[in-house]
Amino acid sequence: MITVGMDIGSVASKGVLLSGDKKFSLVLPTGWSPRDVGEQILANLLAESRVELEEVDSILVTGYGRVSFDRAAARTVTEISCHARGVAALCPETGTIIDIGGQDSKVISINGNGKVLDFAMNDKCAAGTGRFLQVMANTLGMDVGELAAFEDPSAMVKINSMCTVFAESEIIGLLARGSSKGGIIAGLHQSVGKRVAAMTRRLGVKEKIVFTGGVAQNAGVCRALEEELKHRIVVPEECQFTGALGAALLAAG
Amino acid sequence: MTANTANTSDNVEKFMDIRSVALAKILDEKGQGLKVVGIYCTFCPQELVLAAGAVPVGLCGTREDPIPAAEEVLPRNLCPLIKSSYGFALTDTCPFFAFSDLIVGETTCDGKKKMFEIMQDIKPVHVMQLPHQHKSPHSFALWVEEIRRLRSRMEEEFNVEIKDEDIWKAIDLVNREKKLLKDICDLNRLSPPRMSGMELLTVTWSSGFSHDKEVVVEMLEEFKDKLESREIEPDAAHKPRILLTGCPVGLGSEKVVRLVDELGAAVVAMENCSGYKTLELLTDKNGNDPVVALAHKYLNIPCSCMSPNPYRMELLDRMIDDFNAAAVIDLTWQACHTYNIESHEVKKLVKGKGLPFLHLESDYSSSDEESLKVRIEAMLEMMGK
Repeated sequence: MITVGMDIGSVASKGVLLSGDKKFSLVLPTGWSPRDVGEQILANLLAESRVELEEVDSILVTGYGRVSFDRAAARTVTEISCHARGVAALCPETGTIIDIGGQDSKVISINGNGKVLDFAMNDKCAAGTGRFLQVMANTLGMDVGELAAFEDPSAMVKINSMCTVFAESEIIGLLARGSSKGGIIAGLHQSVGKRVAAMTRRLGVKEKIVFTGGVAQNAGVCRALEEELKHRIVVPEECQFTGALGAALLAAG
Repeated sequence: MTANTANTSDNVEKFMDIRSVALAKILDEKGQGLKVVGIYCTFCPQELVLAAGAVPVGLCGTREDPIPAAEEVLPRNLCPLIKSSYGFALTDTCPFFAFSDLIVGETTCDGKKKMFEIMQDIKPVHVMQLPHQHKSPHSFALWVEEIRRLRSRMEEEFNVEIKDEDIWKAIDLVNREKKLLKDICDLNRLSPPRMSGMELLTVTWSSGFSHDKEVVVEMLEEFKDKLESREIEPDAAHKPRILLTGCPVGLGSEKVVRLVDELGAAVVAMENCSGYKTLELLTDKNGNDPVVALAHKYLNIPCSCMSPNPYRMELLDRMIDDFNAAAVIDLTWQACHTYNIESHEVKKLVKGKGLPFLHLESDYSSSDEESLKVRIEAMLEMMGK
């Protein structure tokens, strides 16, 4: 059986093609057209795997752009169910998934089969998301991917504002007062960690905890989450692809 | 669609027309001295208004449109219901407000209490001091006095005498209306439910805007008959049954009800203010003093402004069983502290019964529809839709 799963997020779009025991995956920036990026990912996956579209048994799309991918054959499922399925396949015995993406963060409680037991999502606000870190990186004149390498937890500066707009002015003030960049970055990671840890505790912490989504690539946020939750956190190598993988797996069943 | 289904839908349409019909009548009769009392909340004892020979009408407060205007005066981080209510008044876009001779408000929360002070600049507002305890004798005594004060105020404003016998008559009429509304809501206990969530909302919410309770009672009787024999597609029995609770919802702020419908589930019951919350509370007609009888009924309303508020949990507990709900959605408006905090108790109750629980915090705008949709859809997936 050949299936395709796509996770069209606000910043990045991910695709996974499963053909027997072979797995192909790729990520593209979403850009301004979630519809075009979906088509692009599908075309690239087919080219890379040398599979014809007619050979694909099922396509399942998730993520905020899921409805804009307009193909009669494609089903849609929310990213909550897809992450649960994907993580259950990658990291057996997971109890809690923390997923931080470009525009939202979520915590999902699952059982051994990858069935969702409960979930929580951040409210209408960018605090505690990838967007928050991106805006802060811009203010600091850096790329969001560089943040973790430059953090200095030993010189941590506490960031008080949870709001993206206020945090930006707070940082400008801190820089003006001569606080170190590394300390400010550590503080930013801590602030994301604190917010998401609170949401996790609300749902109830169940071992093992797996951290996914684009922000899981940032080791500083993972460190902050471990400190705040006082639990070890696992980041799968394919942390950005768990939604797309889950979609491809759900497409099969 | 069978003939009977079409008929019932026509009847729902009639409820949507209540507002325009009421306006035309009020406009017509205003010249002959008709008095209109604008009300915002289920705590207002409408029976007194009716006994004064005046018409109680619901005022607008469930739409987004006038909120920007309201924010020129009120703080932004206030609940949308208060901002919308004030915005309609300020921009003179609620015709019911324009026709009202007197507005009745209640101190259900700090936001409303202070907003009513400002609203006095636009219209005479009579604010009832609502105590926040169901059972205490002091609260009860205060509430009786507050109802008497409203009685005197209307007697002065409208130059009438409100007679006990007229209050009793009004009590009987409102009891009949509530009883019918409850019977109609209870038809959704059946599987498949007799009404969609949007139909349920339209009927229960719109009845509050009528100019004539007798007419509404007739409409409800006719609707109930139609509904009892309504043929529903048997497939509708497979839809997940959702119970909605939380802040007041009306047309204009119906997005969650609509999304649940669109996503293939069914809102079978609504424990909100214009929904089931007050429908079990009929005024006891066996007392000597109608004001005391009214005080008993109204002080029992399980609004989150009551502290503690055990009756809401009892009611929800029973409704979950009676309507065979498969999940509960608690919709609260941003900055509605009492409902937002009480959501914790609702969650404990619902999870204790082993059902999925979804707390959604939102406002009247459509900006978060996509993220609301993800949450509702994920819950339905979790239930194995």
